[in-house]
Amino acid sequence: MCEDCGCGDPDILPIDVHHKLLTDNDLRAAHLREHFVEAGVLAINLMGSPGSGKTALLEATATRLGDAHRIGAVSGDLATDHDAQRLRRAGILAAPITTGTACHLDAKLVHDALHHMPWREVELFFIENVGNLVCPAIYDLGQAANVVALSVTEGEDKPLKYPVMFRKADLVVLTKIDLLPHLDVDVRAIRDGLARVMPDPRVIALSAKTGQGVDEWIAWLNGSRADSCRRSPR
Amino acid sequence: MHEYSIVASLVERVELELAAHPGAHATRLTVRIGEQSGVEPSLLRTAFETFRVRSACARAELVLEPVPASWRCARCELELAPDAPLRCPRCHRPAVLAAGDDLILERIELEVPDV
Repeated sequence: MCEDCGCGDPDILPIDVHHKLLTDNDLRAAHLREHFVEAGVLAINLMGSPGSGKTALLEATATRLGDAHRIGAVSGDLATDHDAQRLRRAGILAAPITTGTACHLDAKLVHDALHHMPWREVELFFIENVGNLVCPAIYDLGQAANVVALSVTEGEDKPLKYPVMFRKADLVVLTKIDLLPHLDVDVRAIRDGLARVMPDPRVIALSAKTGQGVDEWIAWLNGSRADSCRRSPR
Repeated sequence: MHEYSIVASLVERVELELAAHPGAHATRLTVRIGEQSGVEPSLLRTAFETFRVRSACARAELVLEPVPASWRCARCELELAPDAPLRCPRCHRPAVLAAGDDLILERIELEVPDV
């Protein structure tokens, strides 16, 4: 009962909790990151729209690297394991994560999937996220870097429409550039858009079909792996 | 629709507080929601209205406090003008996000029973 004036109102107790709402996921992601770093595995969170060419990028990566690196991946989709099957055919150690209705991967889903695969044997580990430019951006998965695949067919204004996703990207891979002669799309406009939402925009233009740009992408991966190994005990 | 999983974690945190205060119920929750948090206030509200039925938040009002994004230079400490390119106007280094990416449950207000 209110003790100030006897009005009969019940007591209201304010509690300042200052609780970050994604704390549980962030803690699990930190745990995953420790594992990846300790094992010397470069983990990449690969995001992008459905059909942006994420799986094709990984197939092209495996083809170019051959046996030089062992590559692992988990592939998130609402239904089917089609992407994981494609990745396996390309020689990648791959497992599907079927999310049902969830529009993104979270650290728990990735952690559970890792328990069922020999991920420590690989050097590069890709977390192919659910195709979506919104939700995956805010879930840390323990990755060393975020890469966003953006295809030239998606329109020039995607970076401005989905600023949070692109702000979190360490690298944007502009895919399907072999289609440029058939499209009315201005790559400069895409780059300008990225510069408005990314403080330090890094872009690699690439075609998984013709192989153009794949060397630059491999060089970026090797550089990132070297950086990450310098921080790891292995 | 990741807003639903965010509401689930909001409800969990409130349940924790209610367990520590037997007989109380939540009347108001205050959440700071950054413009760059990746969470849409209207969708969060819809998810809350859907989820709170029969939960620890059934009688709670959700107050959302928007936090605008602000960028600054980590070296010069200059704050960038809204919608300016994300580079320091003085030294041209990439700017850093100084505020606006948070999603924080700031306060829970409980109605506690007479003692």
